[in-house]
Amino acid sequence: MAIEVNLCGVRLRNPIIPASGTFGFGLEMKDVYDLNLLGGISLKGTTREARFGNECPRIAECPDGMINSVGLQNPGIEVFVNEKLPALRKIYSGAIIANISGFSEDEYRECCEKAAQAPEVDILEVNISCPNVHGGGLAFGTSAKAAAGITRIAREVSSKPVFIKLSPNVTDIVEIARACEDAGADGLTLINTLLGMRIDIVRRRPVVANRYGGFSGRAVFPIALRMVNQVARACKVPLMGCGGVATAEDVVEMMMAGATAVQVGAENLRDPYACKRIIEDLPGVMSRLGIKDINEIIGIV
Amino acid sequence: MKQVYLTVKSNEPIAAGTWKMVLEGDTSAVTGSGQFVNIALPGLFLRRPISVCDLSEGLLTLVYKVVGKGTDAMSAMAPGTRLDILTGLGNGFDASACESSALLLGGGVGTAPLVLLTRELRSRGKSVTVLLGFNRAGEEMLAAELEALGARVEIATLDGSKGTRGFVTDILHQKADGPDAIRYDYFYACGPMPMLKAVCGAIDAPGEMSLEERMGCGFGICYGCSCHTVNGPRRVCADGPVFKKEDLIWQSK
Repeated sequence: MAIEVNLCGVRLRNPIIPASGTFGFGLEMKDVYDLNLLGGISLKGTTREARFGNECPRIAECPDGMINSVGLQNPGIEVFVNEKLPALRKIYSGAIIANISGFSEDEYRECCEKAAQAPEVDILEVNISCPNVHGGGLAFGTSAKAAAGITRIAREVSSKPVFIKLSPNVTDIVEIARACEDAGADGLTLINTLLGMRIDIVRRRPVVANRYGGFSGRAVFPIALRMVNQVARACKVPLMGCGGVATAEDVVEMMMAGATAVQVGAENLRDPYACKRIIEDLPGVMSRLGIKDINEIIGIV
Repeated sequence: MKQVYLTVKSNEPIAAGTWKMVLEGDTSAVTGSGQFVNIALPGLFLRRPISVCDLSEGLLTLVYKVVGKGTDAMSAMAPGTRLDILTGLGNGFDASACESSALLLGGGVGTAPLVLLTRELRSRGKSVTVLLGFNRAGEEMLAAELEALGARVEIATLDGSKGTRGFVTDILHQKADGPDAIRYDYFYACGPMPMLKAVCGAIDAPGEMSLEERMGCGFGICYGCSCHTVNGPRRVCADGPVFKKEDLIWQSK
């Protein structure tokens, strides 16, 4: 049974990738299971400077999901390139996806260039959709013009495939996707989290200190699937489908909708073995559905 | 970290709104006091982190306060229920840091991890004084267990309905001198943030404390529960929950 996929020339031993922000820098998981069974790893979002992120509490329980308002906590691009990447490459041979965020075009340029130059990095994933920081991320992901601008910058400074990670918090995701494709994006990742809120009704205040946060988890799967399908029907570039994926069946569904690879996010937080379980279950599910090569189902619906 | 299935052996209320659950099974990943477990509960997305209260041959004791849907669901669990639990999470207290006399301070359900800590300190031959703070009489818990392990236990309640009126730090002020003065070279604290902050301000001796924060994963991958330390941001779940007094940077909120 063939489960290998190809993302812009980068071969993944299977389509399963833990999503950025739900797997740290990979190193945090090294004693949990052998990372080499993963198709790829999308690392924690990185900015030019080190960031603490938002104040706590920054997690809230939701029906079939959760809200996070971490706000891009990371050690900065230098530590990422000089320490995190080499340490991960020592224990992991699969695809490494660097997830880059920023607060200005200059910051995106500098961070994309440094990440792309790192020999360990196989794919650049440019996050223009983080809902948890003001003046950064999402500000670039909600306008087709700004999204195209960041895409051009990343494409200019990177010799590696550039994926743009899209926000669902827009009126027309297809318009943004097309703008990124036209600006030279090699691929797209979608979706990032949906802006959400919970209120502590006893204390009469928002549960997360930052008031709003990104909603993810199983509940968002139908929305993610719909958006992946819309973009797949409008664009030619390969997609990494993301949002609420929790089972091997979800992976098949996401690929039928148009994804070439599938990211698993919040599910990693409730089940540390989620990706391993999904990868182990995938051949059985394929065999039950009469799928011999996983590539045959990409975008068939 | 080890994922195991533990079986509820007993589960009963021990104080107002507070329950004690004894779990049976593979507890091998739990290495000491101050660690916690993260419990998957039917119908809830995220696991619920609960500190280890006590540990003995294949038995794990949790003491938890019912504060929301998760702990409410736990309180309804009958003996025989099997639970999917991540065990052996967090760094835990350093019982070797105390030279001879330890001062333990617990606020509310923050008392829970002090039981196993007292057991560890007593087995090292240390003297142990435990100061416990609650809102009112009826909420006090685990005093008899702590005394049975050889600890001196003093209680404070905010409304004065049991023990000293006020906070645990008021007991300290009252018993600073005299024949029954509380002597210690190191402290360990667990309780709400304002209490921990007050304890750090009131005590000159070195010490460490266990922090509580809303967690996503509980094992260090989501960075949902970070705190500020002199060494930079640290994850409460994986780098803590226990931090040395001198390492913490208190945020004003």
